[in-house]
Amino acid sequence: MSGILLAGFGGQGILFAGKQLALAGMKSGKQVSWLPSYGPEMRGGTANCSVNIEDEPIGSPVVSKPDILVAMNLPSFQKFEDKVVSGGIIILDSSLVGIKTKRDDVNIKYIPATRLADENNLGGLANVIMLGQLLKAYNLFDYAYFGECLMAAAPKSKPQLGELNVKALKIGYEYEG
Amino acid sequence: MSEKVLMKGNEAIAEATIRAGCKLFFGYPITPQNEIPEYMAKNMPKIGGLCLQAESEVAAINMVLGAAAAGARVITSSSSPGISLKGEGISYIVGSDLPCVIVNVQRGGPGLGGIQPAQSDYNQATKALGHGDMHIIVLAPSSVQEMATLTGEAFDLADIYRMPVMLLADGALGQMMEPVDLEAKEKRTLPPKDWACTGHGGKRPYNVVNSLYIQPDVLEKTIIERFKKYDEIKQKEVKYEEYLTDDAEIILVSYGITARIAKTAVKHARTMGIKAGLFRPVTLFPFPSEQLDRLADKTSVKTFLSVEMNMGQMINDIKVAINCKKDVYHFGRTGGVIPTPDEILENIKKYAAVGGKI
Repeated sequence: MSGILLAGFGGQGILFAGKQLALAGMKSGKQVSWLPSYGPEMRGGTANCSVNIEDEPIGSPVVSKPDILVAMNLPSFQKFEDKVVSGGIIILDSSLVGIKTKRDDVNIKYIPATRLADENNLGGLANVIMLGQLLKAYNLFDYAYFGECLMAAAPKSKPQLGELNVKALKIGYEYEG
Repeated sequence: MSEKVLMKGNEAIAEATIRAGCKLFFGYPITPQNEIPEYMAKNMPKIGGLCLQAESEVAAINMVLGAAAAGARVITSSSSPGISLKGEGISYIVGSDLPCVIVNVQRGGPGLGGIQPAQSDYNQATKALGHGDMHIIVLAPSSVQEMATLTGEAFDLADIYRMPVMLLADGALGQMMEPVDLEAKEKRTLPPKDWACTGHGGKRPYNVVNSLYIQPDVLEKTIIERFKKYDEIKQKEVKYEEYLTDDAEIILVSYGITARIAKTAVKHARTMGIKAGLFRPVTLFPFPSEQLDRLADKTSVKTFLSVEMNMGQMINDIKVAINCKKDVYHFGRTGGVIPTPDEILENIKKYAAVGGKI
């Protein structure tokens, strides 16, 4: 089905976003894997994670040729743009990356996710806005189903976090570039 | 089957430890296994257990020795450089015939090396974890599910055979998340720990746990007894997986994280008409030598290709197992680099074309 690479700065919620995709995949009965880049750098450094969602058992957890790239900063976009398979999808945070793709064989969506998050009082949830746009571009999961997964993933003591995530998902899903 | 949960491999080891009834963790932090002590620190106190960060790896492994001598289930975890530090203590634990579980979430070496995944401690784990005539059981999980299941199995094997068992994982398996069924492990019957130093109030003769035997003939006897036990383990506890080996002409031999990447490469090779198969040792000690030798006896099998994240360590065990009756080659990446399925496929094509000697 899909090899997904999510990349950006540490602190943008890259690993969280990837985990939500893996969780939703697992709950829908798919084979899934989630692998973070890990290194000495954490906040402010680069972060990426590989998510596989497949019907068959997963071999390498490393997504080296992504079907889907979710990029949230310039270095990540420049590093992984060429690795996306032909016909693949790129979701790019255009409020943080000012350049356009040089490829004509991918489906790219530019969404100012970080600006949209700030404007809607959802600071820190640009990652989920990106996922909303991804679901719009490609029916990886049913939009309503994924919203339920986000609600279920929130800690029981803080259900409002789930609601905020669902709100961010909606903004990303409804954004028309 | 219970509901699956999405967990990191390191967390799966820690949770499986608690579910195995182990209440004692001694360790010292090191990347990429820190989720293990983190999980233990949070959850051991909840079950009346103890997670203790020792002042060093050397201290931690000797705490393991003490707890094991008292008959407790006990575990320590580390990554490659830290395991080297534990070597002395592991040898003492073997010499004292004590059960414990040691986790090595491998990273690139030698020295401080790097922090990315590697399998370069294969020789250390299977041949020279400490000084003296000794072995420990070495299990190589290949998924987060096996990180959990084989942790439970490691505790059982340790208790049944009264010896340390190592879980030889790597940074990728430790860091990645996959769905896990935490109740998948089958229960085994365990012997009583009537040898443990538990205090007896003068009601029975005292037990001695010791690795010092000054008289060579006495020491020789203990070692020979231990090697009889290793023979029994070789008969009873070998674990492996075969994939498409029935008609294979080139057989990849691979374990751990690399085995699953090799499996993808084998599938691709099959679609190209190359008769490839995969043999995955799950126990690295005991090594599945007889099973490999039976494959080597088949006329259809021309070539073996050992695939590891090191410069070629298991290849020697394969050659010995099959008595060099077929050609054995190695492909590996090292220093923390994970091979891609494409790279492995290129090597399958290359060595399948060589064809091996007839």
